[in-house]
Amino acid sequence: MKHSHFDVVVIGGGHAGCEAATASARMGARTALITIKKAGIGVMSCNPAIGGLGKGHLVREIDAMDGVMGRVADKAGIQFRLLNRRKGPAVQGPRTQADRAVYRSTMLSEIERTPNLSVIEGEVVDLLDEKGVINGIVLHDGVEIRSSAVVLTTGTFLRGVIHIGEQSHAGGRMGDAPSTKLAERIDDYALPLGRLKTGTPPRLDGQTINWEILETQPGDVDPVFFSFLSNSVSSAQISCGITHTNEKTHEIIQRNLAKSAMYGGFIDGVGPRYCPSIEDKVVRFAEKTSHQVFLEPEGLNDHTVYPNGISTSLPLDVQELYIRSIRGLEQAEIVQPGYAIEYDYVDPQALNLSLAVRSLQGLYLAGQINGTTGYEEAAAQGLVAGLNAAATALDKPRVEFGRSESYIGVMIDDLTTRGVTEPYRMFTSRAEFRLSLRADNADQRLTPKGLEIGCVGRRRQTYFTEKAERLASGQKAMSDKYFSPQDVAKAGKRLSQDGSRRTAYQLLGLPNIDFDDLVKLDSSLGCIDIETRAQLGRDALYATYIERQNQDVAVTKRDEAHLIPAALIFSELDGLSNELKVKLERRRPANIAQASRVEGMTPAALMLIMARIRRDAKLPATA
Amino acid sequence: MDTIFAQATAPGKAGVAIVRLSGPKAWVAIETMCSGLPEPRVVGLRELHGRDGLLDTALVVVFEDGASFTGENVAELHLHGSSAVVSAVLSEISSLEGLRHAEPGEFTRRALENGCLDLAQVEGLADLIDAETEAQRRQAIRVLSGELGEKAEGWRQGLIRAAALIEASIDFADEDVPIDVTPEVDDILRRVLNELESEIDGVGFAERVRTGFEVAIVGAPNVGKSTLLNALAGREAAITSEIAGTTRDVIEVRMDLGGLPVTILDTAGLRDTDDPVESIGVEKAQARAKSADLRIFLVDVGGSPAFEPIARDIVVASKADLIGESSEGVSGRTGQGLPKLIEMIQSRISELAGQSGIATRERHRFAMSSASGSLRDALVNLKSGEVYELVAEDIRSAIRSLDSLIGRVDVEMLLDDIFSSFCIGK
Repeated sequence: MKHSHFDVVVIGGGHAGCEAATASARMGARTALITIKKAGIGVMSCNPAIGGLGKGHLVREIDAMDGVMGRVADKAGIQFRLLNRRKGPAVQGPRTQADRAVYRSTMLSEIERTPNLSVIEGEVVDLLDEKGVINGIVLHDGVEIRSSAVVLTTGTFLRGVIHIGEQSHAGGRMGDAPSTKLAERIDDYALPLGRLKTGTPPRLDGQTINWEILETQPGDVDPVFFSFLSNSVSSAQISCGITHTNEKTHEIIQRNLAKSAMYGGFIDGVGPRYCPSIEDKVVRFAEKTSHQVFLEPEGLNDHTVYPNGISTSLPLDVQELYIRSIRGLEQAEIVQPGYAIEYDYVDPQALNLSLAVRSLQGLYLAGQINGTTGYEEAAAQGLVAGLNAAATALDKPRVEFGRSESYIGVMIDDLTTRGVTEPYRMFTSRAEFRLSLRADNADQRLTPKGLEIGCVGRRRQTYFTEKAERLASGQKAMSDKYFSPQDVAKAGKRLSQDGSRRTAYQLLGLPNIDFDDLVKLDSSLGCIDIETRAQLGRDALYATYIERQNQDVAVTKRDEAHLIPAALIFSELDGLSNELKVKLERRRPANIAQASRVEGMTPAALMLIMARIRRDAKLPATA
Repeated sequence: MDTIFAQATAPGKAGVAIVRLSGPKAWVAIETMCSGLPEPRVVGLRELHGRDGLLDTALVVVFEDGASFTGENVAELHLHGSSAVVSAVLSEISSLEGLRHAEPGEFTRRALENGCLDLAQVEGLADLIDAETEAQRRQAIRVLSGELGEKAEGWRQGLIRAAALIEASIDFADEDVPIDVTPEVDDILRRVLNELESEIDGVGFAERVRTGFEVAIVGAPNVGKSTLLNALAGREAAITSEIAGTTRDVIEVRMDLGGLPVTILDTAGLRDTDDPVESIGVEKAQARAKSADLRIFLVDVGGSPAFEPIARDIVVASKADLIGESSEGVSGRTGQGLPKLIEMIQSRISELAGQSGIATRERHRFAMSSASGSLRDALVNLKSGEVYELVAEDIRSAIRSLDSLIGRVDVEMLLDDIFSSFCIGK
């Protein structure tokens, strides 16, 4: 039997796997990415778009850690839009339609030119372990690969079942087999499993769509990219089409509901409330006579169109009927039917903050297997798992992300402390420190951390260091200068005559003052470059709120710093109710901040836990 | 989990003394002392036996967890109210394995921890135990029954709805439903803000119901203030003499006036004086009188008040006995006109008490004020139309403030303070 040895093995070449493998390799760990076939690397199995609200924030954060998703999406972008442009920068999220083929090929070449990273084709059928420590994998042909850590990113492949109408078959994604053997292996480890479902719409042949009569949605004139290192589009830019379902569409769906896999009772898994199928929409919002459908081209050299907003598990003949009832789609041909997919996920409460399985050593899980949905959520988890798998292999400290620092931290914390009840998707409203966790300052928040742990390359380091210096000196220049309301009046702006003097930076945070006004007040500020001006403006806008929030951040950080030892047995704590003991034992909060978010937690109970941690810390260690 | 016990009634000689136990061994402990427990929540007469024989014949009642004050298994012994009986029983209980004497406030603390009471209710309970007058009792019962918690929960629900509308328009900007949520959010915020502000206005008076209304007797030296106080109090509380300026300090007498707690203040006579000690007394008296809830200006016939009274103040002529029975004034010496004066004080104080809300403490006022401040910011930001994320932030911080009202978050500091004001066994 052949053997080989790596520091880290990543199973799966989807968005989580790609990010995990490259992150691990950037850390300097010898990494193997194992995928059934190379062509499956970087496949977008759902809609051909990256980013959005919350999701765009995640991609920016991945990029700030020098990850690959942002760069690849920029390269493949065929329509860039910054969502919520008319709202404040904290809730603006970059989004792009991506050319599926370009995305896949760009991702593959990123992977192939990453030092320390090898791609191995094959199906993993078993994990190797020794006394509760995972130390390698076995391929279908019997080849064993040893490693210090394994990252599992199998998406929906665990016991995946695809449903189209009343028919169903096992499958991880349309056209791919599920990973049943691996699922059986995971059963042996007795990890807590649950079942979820998700769905896709039928794909259409763009040549059969009557674009002439449809409304279009163009991209932004000034595209906003994901990567802090990108500065221009790489492909021709396109528009998406917009159409609507109508009463006839709804009537067809209504009449055929019993044939839907989801409504016919063929599916047990829980689907996402925020991404309902067209059946759901018609049933739950019966009073609405029309729903919007975005027609998203899947690529420049690909006629396939993804009709976003009408995912379904109806039989193919019904899909054809309702599609053709929609304006502009009267002659549309379906190239691939819509389907629902059910799959197993591992309850992420079984993981710690580095996404390692708590009950085993050396096994990390990332992506949809943890109950999330979305490429971006998967990639962000891949980053965390990859960094930590490498850190374990190289004997470096764990890499954890806090809620007050990043969306990544918010997601990991949500997953590991609360678990999921539906596929978990990122929203900006999940982040209580949203005003400081912006897409525009992801690099300011995270790149220094990336530099410290060693996952950021030379090019980004140079770029970031220079940018940070410009920002720091710009902010200093602006904070050194004070102006009275009278001074400001000279620049033609009225302020309340409260006599208080404000710095140029404080003035910039006021709604009616822009940078040009400040240059009128002090011409020396004119030497600050345009990009720095804009970023200082975004920072200044929220400065007073962020200052207030900093108290909460300090509390969160303080609570996060109170680590709960793994050895602490909650059920032995006097004064905790039985209900809380059970919950705490199941969730195993890593620190006091997490414990405080356990449902039903009381301040008094928290104090008990704190008191115990303190007491144990004072006792002499028993080796 | 320990089982705790303590005497729940006041120490000393009494008809009945109650000993309470709470925790997993509460029932077992009693069972070892008597022949079989009564049904839960049914009183049974039992002989209690200790190591040295019969301790007492007592009424025994047990409550199962989930149906008790603390949320745990509870047992109560209604003993004969003798110190010797109580101490014999307590010593017997303390000899049992796994039982210990309760710390101050520990029963209530367990009720809070087990979710049987919220923080405001705990405060209500403390007030109820301390209540001396009917109005205090009524107010404490309202707080204890969770009225404040319910109100805060109502506000919270409204604000969560408002936050959800805002968040939906932020996070689902790109989706099918671009309706303008501003009018509904504006409505909700205004409604909650109005309710909060009227509740805040009532805190001062509610606090007075708890701590007592202050009524100051004001007037020139020797006009008869101290004599009036003594008459009101029915005892010699202040020194009275014929020499002007006898009362140099502010003298307080607490009394129950028609169910309302009232503290009558006898102040130094207000006059110009060369005596430095007296002039300090005069200054102090005036300041104190002005900060009181109600003032009784006692004047000589035809005289005028020492400073401007406000609408609810009472101005009355003194020494009515010297003028005759037909006088409208009051006499502390003979009691002439006293019932009428008491009636007036009572009706004015009742009016003030009527304005009190269900929030009764400075802590409540602080939480509600910071919530209303956040809501005012939210309304301004909402009006500007572009900074929804700031509206969301304002609403979030208002919700957090309201949470602290009923003790959901950040109350570690408070807990110790609250529980230290509890006496053992309550």
